[in-house]
Amino acid sequence: MFPPIPLFKNKETEDRSKVFKASRRDFLKLGSLAAGGLILGVNFQCSGPKGELITFAPNVYLSINSDNEVTIIAHRSEMGTGIRTSLPQIVADELGADWSKVKIVQAEGDEEKYGNQNTDGSFSVRMFYEPMRKAGATGRIMLIKAAAAEWGVEPSECDTANGMVIHSGSNKKVAFGDLVAQLKEAPLPAEGEIILRDFSSYKLIGKAVPIYDLKDISQGKAVFGADVDLPNMKVAVVKRCPVIGGKVVSYNEEKALAVLGVSQVVKIEGSYPTGLDKALEGVAVIAENTWAAMKGRDALEVEWDLGENKDYSSSKQMAEMLESTKGDGKVRRKRGDFDAARGAAAKVIERTYEVPYYAHATMEPPTAIADVKADGSCEVWAPSQHPQWARGAVATALGVDAAQVKVNVTLLGGGFGRKSKPDYVVEAALLSKAAKAPVRVQWTREDDIHFDFYHSLSAQRIRATLDGAGKLTGWNHHTVFPAIGSTSSLTEVQPSDGEMGLGCVDFPFDVPNIRIESHESKGHVRIGWLRSVSNIHHAFAMHSMIDEIAEARGLDPIENYLDLLGENRDIDFQSEIVDGEYGNYGEKIEEYPWNTDRMKNLVREVADKSNWKGNKEAGKIMGFAAHKSFLTYVACVVILEKDANGNISIPEVHYAVDCGVGVNTDRIKSQFEGGAQFAMSLATASEVTFEKGVAQQSNYDTYSIIRMPQSPKEIHVHIVESSIKPTGVGEPPVPPFIPALANAMYRLNGKRIYKLPFKV
Amino acid sequence: MPQFSVNINGEQKSIDAPEDMPLLWVIRDLLGMKGTKFGCGKALCGACTVHLDGQAIRSCSMAISDLGDAKITTIEGLSENGDHPIQKAWVEHIVPQCGYCQSGQIMNAASLLNQNSSPSDEEIEQSMSGNLCRCGTYNRIKEAIKTASKS
Repeated sequence: MFPPIPLFKNKETEDRSKVFKASRRDFLKLGSLAAGGLILGVNFQCSGPKGELITFAPNVYLSINSDNEVTIIAHRSEMGTGIRTSLPQIVADELGADWSKVKIVQAEGDEEKYGNQNTDGSFSVRMFYEPMRKAGATGRIMLIKAAAAEWGVEPSECDTANGMVIHSGSNKKVAFGDLVAQLKEAPLPAEGEIILRDFSSYKLIGKAVPIYDLKDISQGKAVFGADVDLPNMKVAVVKRCPVIGGKVVSYNEEKALAVLGVSQVVKIEGSYPTGLDKALEGVAVIAENTWAAMKGRDALEVEWDLGENKDYSSSKQMAEMLESTKGDGKVRRKRGDFDAARGAAAKVIERTYEVPYYAHATMEPPTAIADVKADGSCEVWAPSQHPQWARGAVATALGVDAAQVKVNVTLLGGGFGRKSKPDYVVEAALLSKAAKAPVRVQWTREDDIHFDFYHSLSAQRIRATLDGAGKLTGWNHHTVFPAIGSTSSLTEVQPSDGEMGLGCVDFPFDVPNIRIESHESKGHVRIGWLRSVSNIHHAFAMHSMIDEIAEARGLDPIENYLDLLGENRDIDFQSEIVDGEYGNYGEKIEEYPWNTDRMKNLVREVADKSNWKGNKEAGKIMGFAAHKSFLTYVACVVILEKDANGNISIPEVHYAVDCGVGVNTDRIKSQFEGGAQFAMSLATASEVTFEKGVAQQSNYDTYSIIRMPQSPKEIHVHIVESSIKPTGVGEPPVPPFIPALANAMYRLNGKRIYKLPFKV
Repeated sequence: MPQFSVNINGEQKSIDAPEDMPLLWVIRDLLGMKGTKFGCGKALCGACTVHLDGQAIRSCSMAISDLGDAKITTIEGLSENGDHPIQKAWVEHIVPQCGYCQSGQIMNAASLLNQNSSPSDEEIEQSMSGNLCRCGTYNRIKEAIKTASKS
């Protein structure tokens, strides 16, 4: 899913090869471009000899057979957000299909055919709402034209529903399948003819439509990455250098080959910096089955040169980063004169915030299957968030053209940003080539925790100044964390504009003096993006401090928040950004403004729905935070309880969300329910640390995520009804939950929280 | 290579496997049944949960040689048509997100109801605490188990 590392206009490029090689922001930019013109110029097909099944396909996403089967292509990856249901739901609604009979087919990775497939940055619905409506509407308009011509009536008197065209005057009906033959020669409607349905007439959009794979999952039939079986397939497990950047000096394969079922030992060449899409240095054991490969790896002897990160300590780096925030950093946003405000202040609050590395720990560890054939071509089956990137990375690794690589996408057993990176797919391809057979590479949980693309550790310092009247006069935010860019380039020591735009420079409060600074830090492990990315640490710091400011001002946290947002307006960040660009998640600020009244309405909504006032009077322990990320507005209230034994639990969480049109209300709710639980793990359970360059955690016993007893008991999700164009919900639930919980903890025990994870 | 006879989903299967091969890999790699998932290999996450004579166990941590005559049930054998009360409740509550942990969750929940037909909230939480879900479906799992317990 995840983030944007938005976009620099000067990096815009049509060169597809760069999509696969360059940093993330490049392919995001391409993604935005690709979304625009998708529906126009799509291929129109109508095929099938006489007497046989005829298919009408007005565009690449939709086809209708003469036997009434409607097939919709899901071109984005399903990792649990419900996107494989939600986008087809939009097509079906515009078409007027009978949803119970719609068949959904997963697309292979092909950008030219399907447009952007990078399922990341909470942008699937945002990017494809309009194109999917048009895809369905095109089919509807053509079917209606055909039926109206046959009946001799005006198309405007007809509509579609339940897989039929219906004439309102006569109530004549004809099934879609019976019209397919007549559409053989029909021209595509002109752009101006593609009239979308009125919002109020939708029957699927805005409804809680169950996910397409529900029954298959509940019967164990759903196919995930490791579930694809090919004839003669082998299984590989890789021993990777325990320290990033290290190299194999030598290895002895004798004992590994002695394990029954092990057939081959293959060295994989890594590079440093590792990049985001290359295999890590290691030695693979290839065997007849997974168990043999694992035992073979245990028996394998490798001597390593651990390289330049062999003494890396994350606790030492954290101490250095914290120290650096005392000094001047690189100014990223500036308004007024913070130093003057500080000089004149009646009160200065200065706090630091520490957040550790996090691993994604998807329940399905990375795995991929590749079949490199004798002619050099390669077919892949992978749980990939970004099959186009996987395709390019495999082609590069094998030295073939991307056209020779086919990437089939299975269901993903969780993604959260990890499975955007195709390193494990590249491993499978290299090993299949070496084995001259199909190979499944299987990561163990230990591999996953040791060699993740981690959420970066971070240190922050915030100084807030208040004048004698209790007005907030100054905000000085220092942030430092190894950037995602450091994974590809050792000289990238500053967070990108994109990362700064994730909850840091987009500080929304109306304070006269603002200075936001970043500091240098080096990468020592692979840094990636995890569900909501830099918003995780930035929102924790920002909204923890805002809560302290409320207390200092003697205001209720919600009153304080509403007051600090200031006048109703669209916030102009760009004019205050220093030497850079405000990313706005890759969208134009005019089209997706940061609107303070929209946030205020939402904050009032969560206060109302959580019974904030009443609960407060009743002495309930509550914490609040509201944070906009990925263009979606979210407000969160966490309620805490402590029992007679001192055990703390969370009886209620209330979210209010304004994501524009809510396409699938059930999946919006499930993303928020899951987002609260995901954030609960980040806040209270999880942490990766490094000593001597090696991750100190390795499985779910040492890298904890919450279990059912720790989950908030009730998670209420209040979706604001809206017809504004939609924005995503995969990531936005995460950022506000953590400070809301931390602020509630303060009210429970009087101790402010400045470091994650904390004990509840 | 030792030979084992395994009773799985009501069928007797003959398997050639090393003695220490975990049941999980017997099921997935040797028998080709893919509904049971690999998550941790150390009985920490519950993704590989199957029934051993009706009781939930973690198949990643049970060697084939320790099975004896026990009858194994996997998600594929829980019901004929996906109509076990737990499966029906899963559908009713639209429990899954990514779905990867759900076979294990369902098998663990079915085992819980075998032993306790109307568990309390706390009993559900404790019984299900060995099954991790990273997407965060815990609350719906709990509701689905309560629904199934009433059916």
